[in-house]
Amino acid sequence: MANILAVDDSTSLRQMVSFTLQGQGHTVVQAEDGVDGLQAAKSQTFDLVITDVNMPNMDGISLIKELRSLPAYRNTPLLMLTTESGDDKKAQGKQAGATGWIVKPFNPDKLTNVISRVLA
Amino acid sequence: MSTDISQFLDVFYEESFEGLDIMEAGLLDMPAGPVEGELINSIFRAAHSIKGGGGTFGLTDVSDFTHVMETLLDEMRAGDREMTGEANEILLQSVDCLREMLTAKQQGGEVDEARIGALAQSLESLLGSPGGSATSDDAPESKQDEKASNSGWVIKFAPHKQMLENGKDPVPILRELAKLGKCEVNVDTSAMPDLYTLEPESCYLSWDVTVEGDIDKEQVTELFEWVEDECDLRIEPLALNFSESATQTTDQKDATPAATPSAISAPATAMAAKKPTAAKAKESGSIRVSIDKIDTLINTIGELVITQSMLSQIGEDFEMEQLEQLTDGLAQLARNTRELQEGVLGIRMLPISFAFNRFPRMVHDTSNKLGKKVELIMSGQETEVDKTVMEKIGDPLVHLVRNSIDHGVEAPDVRKAAGKPETGTVELSASHRGGNIIIEIKDDGAGINKEKLLNKAISNGLIKSENELSEEEVLNLVFHAGLSTAEEISDVSGRGVGMDVVRSNIRDLGGTVDVTSEPGKGSIFTIRLPLTLAILDGQTIAVGDETYIIPLVSIVESIQVHPDMLNLVAGKGETFKLRDEYLSIIRLHQIFGVDSVNCKDLTSGILVVVEGEGGRYGLFVDELRGQQQVVIKSLEANYRKVDGISGATILGDGSVALILDLPGLIRLANRSVEVPGVHQQNVA
Repeated sequence: MANILAVDDSTSLRQMVSFTLQGQGHTVVQAEDGVDGLQAAKSQTFDLVITDVNMPNMDGISLIKELRSLPAYRNTPLLMLTTESGDDKKAQGKQAGATGWIVKPFNPDKLTNVISRVLA
Repeated sequence: MSTDISQFLDVFYEESFEGLDIMEAGLLDMPAGPVEGELINSIFRAAHSIKGGGGTFGLTDVSDFTHVMETLLDEMRAGDREMTGEANEILLQSVDCLREMLTAKQQGGEVDEARIGALAQSLESLLGSPGGSATSDDAPESKQDEKASNSGWVIKFAPHKQMLENGKDPVPILRELAKLGKCEVNVDTSAMPDLYTLEPESCYLSWDVTVEGDIDKEQVTELFEWVEDECDLRIEPLALNFSESATQTTDQKDATPAATPSAISAPATAMAAKKPTAAKAKESGSIRVSIDKIDTLINTIGELVITQSMLSQIGEDFEMEQLEQLTDGLAQLARNTRELQEGVLGIRMLPISFAFNRFPRMVHDTSNKLGKKVELIMSGQETEVDKTVMEKIGDPLVHLVRNSIDHGVEAPDVRKAAGKPETGTVELSASHRGGNIIIEIKDDGAGINKEKLLNKAISNGLIKSENELSEEEVLNLVFHAGLSTAEEISDVSGRGVGMDVVRSNIRDLGGTVDVTSEPGKGSIFTIRLPLTLAILDGQTIAVGDETYIIPLVSIVESIQVHPDMLNLVAGKGETFKLRDEYLSIIRLHQIFGVDSVNCKDLTSGILVVVEGEGGRYGLFVDELRGQQQVVIKSLEANYRKVDGISGATILGDGSVALILDLPGLIRLANRSVEVPGVHQQNVA
């Protein structure tokens, strides 16, 4: 099972993502913002990173850009959580190296469905 | 596999309310004009989180409403729009409205639909998009895609060479496709170069996939949404293909319809079913505790364990020469226990900023409404208060602050005429002082008009004439029901029903409220509260064989009376004279019917002078035992409410002692004073 990093400044969403994925047998590490997430990503290697876009300190897109520049994350699936109105965000995210996105609102089932699209 | 998302609702509410506080504080701090910087970002983020969470947790009306706010804030953030006074006001109202909506969701109440609609309208007219596309869901339209009631799809999927970058992988996509229905995959390897020129990170393969079953096109396109611009993708209904190449697939034909519906409709219905209905959150009080506090607790427990093992080692084969070690160990245990107690109580302590946060907004609104200029100065927000105290002190504080603005601070022209700056100040401060929390509300307004107050009290029949009331007592008349010195009743304050409620609320918390005032300079209301409701500093006293606890805060002094000091006053019963003041004596043994009294003679016992119900009284007890902290156990929970008793506690020797409720006790004594008073007068 995969080792996953969940980055979101909203505790409820972060917990929901974590609990759902843990329920699937994955290991999940939580981080509160981009800076926190980057640090976590450097201290261990994750098979998948899910990050919110709007966060204080470092936003999700910068985080993805930073991660993509690290050799260990060159081919790691990096997903961003975004709202439906965020078409430009999706483009920006892709530009930064995001593998894909999960559109908010989402429920646990949708999350697991989407995850299965990137986890081997 | 389903995760019940209602378990995250409480967290969501909590963080949403925090987010609303951030938005409110930010909006209040934000001047009109172009906006920039972190402030607007933090406001936007808060709105964004509430919208995202609201949608996720099924509170669609919340997320729809927030969406409009968010759009507006986003335009400001991007510099496309300036903050105006009007926009600020509407946003502030929207914050209130959201707070109400969330509260209603959380506690299962009603929301004012009309108000929500009106606000959404105002927001949208601000946005300049009447009838806005904003609230209507854009999503459903696109979802009504050609729902081909066909038997499947033929997909031609040819990734561009660089599609494998950034963690994209065609294999899971194909695997997911196969989950939708019966799937046949053909790979085209013709583009593969020879090994010498092959770049291992490029994709040279393409696929032809036939997936059979009653599948929405949406379900198929969704799988490719991340890569659609990095591949050549063609998705066509299988039916077309079917007729053309019917002969080739005849052997599969009968298998198709039977196998598919259950298989592929499963995920779809599961998703629909999981859509959360606005679940009512049960009221489970929760509290956020900083990690530091928990770490400290864990450390203390660690030390306790060490002490315990040390003591048990000493106890194993104890010899007299180890006595010193034993006493050391016990002293350490006492310290550990005290630290643990403080630590555990500390968990319930929250910075008072939680209660103070609402004031900037309230002062802003109230002073605007009254046409006054008021600056609010807050200090000591980090002072920690018990959670229950915090919850109950909010309303009294609001009332007092509102009063200061309404009655205290004068209108700008009046202030100017009096030689004061036009803008008045209201200071709200909190601090710890000697085991109590002191909250002060101070204004630099006109002060309380004592004469008016006295006249009013006399005309109300509250007091008879301008008699013996001290200045302090006159000021304390403001806490009496039915006394408001405001000539006109405004909708802010002035009905005279508030201040007595303020006082009784504070008393319920075991606290006191006092007022000092200087004409022309302003008034200060001082609230004194116990640190916690669970533990109380008590004076243990004995009456006969019974032990009682008197809350230490209420005790003024304890004296032994001289026979000369005693008097009988008609209507007041037994009194004693203490420095020019006659105080009623309350004999505890009489009130509680304790028979085994050693001393009925007032001079042989002790009089404990206590304050309560707006006066001082002497409680007659046999002896004082000692002062100690006692843990309050509710009597109501275990027995029933008893007049004059606020609770019970367990003493060190295991016996139960009752804790006196002084206001209740005094009322009890005043009721009974008539009978024994008359009786004793006859005797005298």
